[in-house]
Amino acid sequence: MTASPRTLSLSRTARSLIAVFALGWTLLLAAADRDYGLSPLRIADDTWVLVGRSEDFSLTNGGNIVNTAFIVTAKGVVVIDSGPSRAYGEQLKRAIARITDKPVSLVLNTHHHPDHFLGNQAFAPDTLAALPATIKSIHSEGGSLNENMYRLAGDWMAGTEPVAPARPLAAGPLEMGGHRLELIALDGHTEADLVILDRSTGVLFAGDLVFNGRTPTTPHADLQHWQAALDQLEKTPFTTLVPGHGPVARDAGPIRQTKAWLAWLDRHLRQAADDGLDMTEVLALPLPAEFRGLAVVDAEYRRSVGQLYPAYEQRALSDERRKP
Amino acid sequence: MKNKALMAVVALWLACTFNTGHAASPAAPLRADPLDSPRWADMRKEMFPASAQVVFDDRVKVTAPLTAENAMNVPVSVDASALPGVREVLVFADFNPIVRIVRFEPSGAHAALGFRIKLQQSTPVRAAVRTADGTWHVGGTWVNTAGGGCTLPSTGSGSPEWQKRLGEVSSRVWARKEGGERIRLRIIHPIDTGLAAGIPAFFLQDLDLADNQGKPLMHIEGFEPIAENPVFTVDIPAARAATAYRVSGRDNNGNAISAAIEK
Repeated sequence: MTASPRTLSLSRTARSLIAVFALGWTLLLAAADRDYGLSPLRIADDTWVLVGRSEDFSLTNGGNIVNTAFIVTAKGVVVIDSGPSRAYGEQLKRAIARITDKPVSLVLNTHHHPDHFLGNQAFAPDTLAALPATIKSIHSEGGSLNENMYRLAGDWMAGTEPVAPARPLAAGPLEMGGHRLELIALDGHTEADLVILDRSTGVLFAGDLVFNGRTPTTPHADLQHWQAALDQLEKTPFTTLVPGHGPVARDAGPIRQTKAWLAWLDRHLRQAADDGLDMTEVLALPLPAEFRGLAVVDAEYRRSVGQLYPAYEQRALSDERRKP
Repeated sequence: MKNKALMAVVALWLACTFNTGHAASPAAPLRADPLDSPRWADMRKEMFPASAQVVFDDRVKVTAPLTAENAMNVPVSVDASALPGVREVLVFADFNPIVRIVRFEPSGAHAALGFRIKLQQSTPVRAAVRTADGTWHVGGTWVNTAGGGCTLPSTGSGSPEWQKRLGEVSSRVWARKEGGERIRLRIIHPIDTGLAAGIPAFFLQDLDLADNQGKPLMHIEGFEPIAENPVFTVDIPAARAATAYRVSGRDNNGNAISAAIEK
């Protein structure tokens, strides 16, 4: 097909106007859309938290449903989780620079979920660190997790690529510029969940082992291991608790709340499978009143049934159950 | 001549279908697609003979989550037991690259089936139920999904484990409170749609569920969009409950499936 040159030609003025308008609109969108509005909240000496929304990933929140944090030490800043996108990582770095002129010397990814590591690009590669299994999972699943975030958060993800930390962490004490940190290696939310206790301030950064007021997510969960990890956290002395999602707390309430949900979910799915329910019937069951107040409880329940029920079904259908 | 007659029928049908908006013709109240799918007209042509009577019917219940995060494993339950004289049920999804999902004939079982499917994008999932008088009764629901379920390789195709266990059946029978029994069974099978590059279509073609006397309870014809390691839920009325059951069948490569279902 050929078009006559006449139909395609617009006056030079019209073309210029369109170009100027398009450019202006693009700049406006870029400037307006991608500001996470990060405002660090000081929760203890040298310690700030950026509290995300208690929502699902969306085109509106750009993936900012996560808590990130940083500790300003004499030897540089320790960042705990880098957020859901390159833009978030860069804005986190600028937010830190507004508070201190010390450089970021260590970025810890608590686990391999996208909202906790996709901001890594904003930081120097040699500052990135995580537990070995987390590094492995970012290598193997980072690409698909990133693609999925583009689907869920759209434009906010522009330019984001997964970057796996090179530095593997081991559990144990870590002295950082006057802060006596304790790295605690647990699992259950994912294959490797890093918890950081700052013994100098009493702040416990629990990562996604603890949710506060928001329903826990379970795409890589082992409910037994997770509950055991929470038992251990409950025995850990702290003054301030930073959950992976939801507001900062001063007591172990969010630990107990997360444990109560997981224990219920485990019992509920086991019972449903033993009763011979089809997955659509499990999805239709009512949720107990005590959990109705949790944010996004209906969506997370639906996702958890999809992720976890097949294993309960398999157990109920297998010959294992016949053994005493 | 035959073509002309066919065209006349089609024209008549089109006239009826597209006449519904006119307030002046209260006769022939053909309902528009309750799911308002732009693919319905194609589905009507593709799935049913032009001469067939096709009606939308709320007695055909299709239950599936409105939003399905995992497009590889979307749970669906079809229940047509409110209709008398069900002969066969055809389940399909308008926007799937492979539209047909499963067809079943509930010869002795309830006219209901639970299963899981792969979806490529958001789509209506429908069940068309043919009753003894030849009428097709259609019910359905929309399922929203980010999709991709049909063009991804099964996880089984990438692991050697399923080859050793292919066709292995685990099952269990429950007594139902409302009488009768429920059978749930799971079959180890990777089920590939043939749409992922380099992996040929590999799926369950026929499954027959019978009692231990060999009397048929349900025939299931599977298509590519059934989810990997399929799980089926079948309900048996009290009158057909037996001391044990049997499932047999084969996939499209001729691998046999055969297992006793014991209590």
